[in-house]
Amino acid sequence: MERSGQRVSDRLALAVLLASLFTSPLANAQQPQLSVTEIAPGLFVHIGAIALMTLENEGAIANVGFVVGNDAVAVIDTGGSVREGRELLAAIRARTDKPIRYVINTHGHPDHVFGNAAFIGDETAFVGHKNLPQALAARGPFYLDAFRKIMGDGLIDEVRIIAPTLLVEGSLTLDLGGRRLVLQAWPAAHSDSDLTVLDETTKILFAGDLVFLDHIPVVDGSIRGWLRMMDDLSKQPAERVVPGHGPVSQWPTALADERRYLETLAADVRNLIKRGAPIGVAADTAAASERSRWQLFDDYNARNATAAFSEIEWE
Amino acid sequence: MFRVYLFCIVALSGFALTGVPASRAAEEPIDPWPGLVQDIFNNLPMNDGGDVISIEMPYRAEDAAIVPVTLRSRLAPDDSRRVRTITLVIDQNPAPMAAKFEIGPDTRVSEISTRVRVNSYTNVHAVAELSDGKLYVVKTYVKASGGCSAPAVKNVEEARNRIGQMKYRQFSRGDQGPTSGAREAQIMIGHPNNSGLQMDQITHLYIPAFFIDEVHLWLDNSPVLSMEGGISISEDPNIRFTYISNGAKTFRAEAKDTSGHVFQKEWQVDDSGT
Repeated sequence: MERSGQRVSDRLALAVLLASLFTSPLANAQQPQLSVTEIAPGLFVHIGAIALMTLENEGAIANVGFVVGNDAVAVIDTGGSVREGRELLAAIRARTDKPIRYVINTHGHPDHVFGNAAFIGDETAFVGHKNLPQALAARGPFYLDAFRKIMGDGLIDEVRIIAPTLLVEGSLTLDLGGRRLVLQAWPAAHSDSDLTVLDETTKILFAGDLVFLDHIPVVDGSIRGWLRMMDDLSKQPAERVVPGHGPVSQWPTALADERRYLETLAADVRNLIKRGAPIGVAADTAAASERSRWQLFDDYNARNATAAFSEIEWE
Repeated sequence: MFRVYLFCIVALSGFALTGVPASRAAEEPIDPWPGLVQDIFNNLPMNDGGDVISIEMPYRAEDAAIVPVTLRSRLAPDDSRRVRTITLVIDQNPAPMAAKFEIGPDTRVSEISTRVRVNSYTNVHAVAELSDGKLYVVKTYVKASGGCSAPAVKNVEEARNRIGQMKYRQFSRGDQGPTSGAREAQIMIGHPNNSGLQMDQITHLYIPAFFIDEVHLWLDNSPVLSMEGGISISEDPNIRFTYISNGAKTFRAEAKDTSGHVFQKEWQVDDSGT
């Protein structure tokens, strides 16, 4: 009897442990919070690590943030895992109990959307570019498979690919109560579902991955489109920018490094195509002059050159 | 019709073979190759192809959607055998049979480059069928890409606008000397080459497969090269190849997709070979 009593208490302990693992983050005082900085009144940002998504960093490599109005909160990107999303939610709840009315995804890459599931709720609408549902449909299952291998079941099992229901074509204004966010959907550039979010009150622009600083820009939409739209992007009436990756910076001077990289890459690729070089040569040599200027250059440059080549050869 | 059917069967069997949860697959990798030899090559004996052909791919698939691959004949010029077909198989892809190239008898195509999608860490096999009727296999290994790269169309609107556009280009082969008769040419076909394995997140319907399944290339009226393709071929299918000129004056291309569209175009061949 003593033994079975011991077993019961073991089971009880296990049940308590399991229960604590699965209780809602709101009820759990132990829920860690994502470190965020209030860079302007009511506007909070977490600056992601300049790295690839790994098990160790829990996918927390992109900049994410939130804006608090008089009536409601909007979240801009949710991070690279539900764990990061929950930590962002905890950071929000430590500062305000206003409803999270909008979760805005600046595009469909995993480091920006894998935290979405932490925000599912009746009061929350997911917002994205009109092309985002299609991009997520085409890529979501592949991303889950690929990042399961890198980040493990523990982080990926709970990730849900959540398509936006509030779609943006052109521009859309969201009112958080005395505070307007102006969303702009862009033609294909970094990806084919890029969306920016301007907080009119503080003149801060969440640019998503249309702006990279320090972290090498990644071309997954159209390099020519990106270069074409950059003048229009620079006219967004902002004073500072929260890039998708890299530090909060002055606007629009923050675009200079990225523009130089993309122009160099496009010029090098164009020259290789003119000379009849095959695509693999572009991967090995294009934009080599930029190597010392960017972090993660060797992780992305060959891939950018490959994408740029397959686009520019149609000119 | 038969070809479409064949690709569907291969696609499904590939699914069955790779459909285990990825985490488990990572611990106990299942080699799909024996099953693929059965499905695609009817279990015919595979001979070592090291002296017959070579396959060249980057060790890492930098962009999962566009991975260059080059196939070269290694047969000596005086070898009595010739390469009839080369089949390219990406073992771990949802549709492993990427392409089957058939080489025209008169033009001695010695090198073929194209671009493929690579979903995962995978072996890639190239199987040459020689005129002696035997199969010769070589393989290489490709690591999957990292980051946000996916084997999907990058710019859906642009891909749609480009459907059916064709571009032809000739390259100089100065390295082989102007008198060698060696020519290098490239054909590009605008097409999204959609896999159809994707579910629309709003309607929960599968997006139908829509891809180029046949390409035929001629110099005057001699067939140079043809390709039966599947969804592992990258968007905007691109074939670059080296051949020995038969003095033809025109180059003609015809491509068909799974929706029955036929795209055709003809170009003048530049005599200088540049």
